Amino acid sequence: MSTMHGLAGHRFRRKPLFRGGDTVVGKAEGMLSQYRVLDLTDEHGFLCGKLLGDLGADVIKIEKPGGDPGRRIGPFYHDIPDPEKSLYWWAFNTSKRGITLDIETADGREIFNRLSRTADVIIESFKPGYMEGLGLGYAALSQINPRLVMTSITGFGQTGPYSNYKAPDIVLWALSGNAYITGDDDRPPLAPSFPIAHFFGAMEAAIGILVALYQCGITGEGQQVNVPAQAGLAWATGPEVQGLWDVDKNIVRRSGRLWRRYRPGTDDKVDYVSIPLIYPCKDGAVRFFPFVQIGMLPSVRALTQWVIDEGMANKALKQVEWSEVDWQKIDQKTVDEITESFGKFFMTHTKAELWEGAQKMGIQLYPLFTPGDMLGFEQLTIREYWTEIEHPELGTSVTYPGAFAKMREAPCEVRCRAPLIGEHNEEIYLGELGISREELLLLKQARVI
Amino acid sequence: MANLPFEGVKALDLTEGGVGPYTSSCLAFFGATLIKIESPNRPDSLRSMPPFKNGVLGHSYYFAYPLSSKRLAITLDLNHPKGLELGKRLVAWSDVIIDSYTGGTMEKWGLDYDNLKKIKPDIIMLRTCMHGHSGPLAGHHGQGFILTALSGFDNIVSWPDRPPAGLYGAFTDHVAPLFNVVSLFAALDYRRRTGKGQYIDQSQHESALQWIAPLILDWTINQREPVANGNRCAYAAPHGIYRCQGDDRWCAIAVFPDDEWESFCRVIEKPAMAKEPKFATLLNRKQNEDELDNIVGEWTIKHTPEEVMHLMQAAGVAAGVVSNSKDVAEDPQLIHNHFFHELDHPEMGKCSFYHGPLFELSKTSYELGRPPLLGESNEYVYTKILGLSDEEWVELITEGVI
Repeated sequence: MSTMHGLAGHRFRRKPLFRGGDTVVGKAEGMLSQYRVLDLTDEHGFLCGKLLGDLGADVIKIEKPGGDPGRRIGPFYHDIPDPEKSLYWWAFNTSKRGITLDIETADGREIFNRLSRTADVIIESFKPGYMEGLGLGYAALSQINPRLVMTSITGFGQTGPYSNYKAPDIVLWALSGNAYITGDDDRPPLAPSFPIAHFFGAMEAAIGILVALYQCGITGEGQQVNVPAQAGLAWATGPEVQGLWDVDKNIVRRSGRLWRRYRPGTDDKVDYVSIPLIYPCKDGAVRFFPFVQIGMLPSVRALTQWVIDEGMANKALKQVEWSEVDWQKIDQKTVDEITESFGKFFMTHTKAELWEGAQKMGIQLYPLFTPGDMLGFEQLTIREYWTEIEHPELGTSVTYPGAFAKMREAPCEVRCRAPLIGEHNEEIYLGELGISREELLLLKQARVI
Repeated sequence: MANLPFEGVKALDLTEGGVGPYTSSCLAFFGATLIKIESPNRPDSLRSMPPFKNGVLGHSYYFAYPLSSKRLAITLDLNHPKGLELGKRLVAWSDVIIDSYTGGTMEKWGLDYDNLKKIKPDIIMLRTCMHGHSGPLAGHHGQGFILTALSGFDNIVSWPDRPPAGLYGAFTDHVAPLFNVVSLFAALDYRRRTGKGQYIDQSQHESALQWIAPLILDWTINQREPVANGNRCAYAAPHGIYRCQGDDRWCAIAVFPDDEWESFCRVIEKPAMAKEPKFATLLNRKQNEDELDNIVGEWTIKHTPEEVMHLMQAAGVAAGVVSNSKDVAEDPQLIHNHFFHELDHPEMGKCSFYHGPLFELSKTSYELGRPPLLGESNEYVYTKILGLSDEEWVELITEGVI
């Protein structure tokens, strides 16, 4: 018998939309303020709940007693490897409340069932079948709450030949077609050194949830959302890669800093020309977009003039008439000659100088920014992108990226820092679920919460 | 039963390129009626962006790819006084307006949010551009091909001994729409419940930075810049992409806890290696990673990437084929998830590189549509939706308004 059975008669009290007290949550009503989300995800899904939270939803991050494994991911605040100081955790769990709960225990499952009764959305990223195995699958939970939107984020989806395959970032990056087209052609395919692959799954999940919530508003019925991150990520390889295979049976290969432009060749074959897109400069690198269309001519002409003015143009660049350059026809030797001077010119300037000149002259050039460059970027400062988030437990505040979009009627904003381990246990279990303090103490000692 | 929940929602799409059209496609997947407006003098610039199907100018993969949903396509010159007047009538018809102009363009036409609200008080306006609609760069032209640089992605894609290789293509064009769609769908739901509209100003730069937030915090707190490290991971080994049998064939392998390491050693038929002092612990594996990677590579080169993946995954070790575009097209899991859709087009013919929603809903359907021809819905929109007479419609054509 469950130690929780005595609680069955308690009514779950709907939480107040905005709370005072020591938790600073909900500065203003957001578009999703009427929704409650239970977030069971690991690091692959954190972003989904965070976005819904930024839009005002009451997102409750549910962690295992002792804290979520995602708290082990660095970097750490002042390099202190403490589960309360993981900057990865901080970054993607803002705008959430946090409780601890072990749903593998019988009491934990019962509490979860009760939480599900007043929730609109559940997000989970376990192996397919895990929730069903606990009796917490959609079939069971929708009996309790027919409006529930049950969202599952995984590498490959809930069913299919790879559904049980492990999918760390580099594996997804590979199987989605992104690795093959990334990196230098004389080296192995390359993955980003910071994991971004799973964000496609987390974001597609947020989109799926919003469609399901909209439909629920019409029909009163929830549903399941099944999100395979691989599909979202494969979509990002884009039209050139997928179109050239589908139609031309041509495989786009990685070409590093060069942009390989595909074009019709002789005998119906696809040919290509490689144009530098990333150039090293004095203190880093820049991306210059050399595409020649009517609208782009002023940009490439302005850069050419700048290089000429500084006496760094070779003969080929001095003579080039950009309105006659057609990337569909130009030969590689000519490209190499006219871009050679760009490369040499960039090496004589810093990112800041090149950016300043590019803005003045209307050149399509962006420096490869580091976080330091971003914090110094005037546009972001003027738009008040950066937001100071209080960390009362450390007696300080920290500069975070702010809203993912500016909204006027109901704001999108970072509402509070990420929760500490079990920070809202009392608020939610005592204050909202109606569990007594005695039971809370018992559940804590039994490692249920 | 609302299987297409956005049925009845009407949207004007004043965007071009990748980000805006993909955003609006997502509305139409779920039943919204969408009108894409292009200037007769300056159609969507992606229409002329190669590569083209069979080399035919205009049959651009870039244009087609994000436009895989049903939409009405019209031409309309908003710089013409008559055109602007028609535009305002379309505003009154619509629930949602999406634009991808740089700052000042919609304002010039008097189609800024405050004015739109006067025409349609509960309008949802979504604006997407490089740097948002305030600040000194509000009017800045740009594109995803270079925004990856500013967004910090390029710098984290690099070998330690080389300048950054950067991400492929216009990567942020595949990040920005996701944020837009989240914003837009939330706004639709908010409007359904409250009757209130919304103004959404997306800077594609600001959205993209959300993804590297931990790296930004590492700077704001620890003043540390990220260091790219090829395919290595600070807390795993082996972790990389290894050459396999065949021409330019590769497989990713990532080994995390010790039990995976032991399984890995069994798979490569070197079970004793699991306990070798050089490799027995993660710290030792990291210290001897070059040597370890060589051993891994000596084994993978004797196998196809498919063999490596299946053997490893069967043993509980993460591995994945480095799929090229052919592999992606034939990937059994992507096929299982209905990743590719074939659409027929009167000029381009059949292509199979189209996509619908990238998630599956158990009770909601979706529908696709082929990319539009320039102005192909002019007659329907101007005569049926706006109720112009045939004479008025013809007049618009002769005056060059549409």
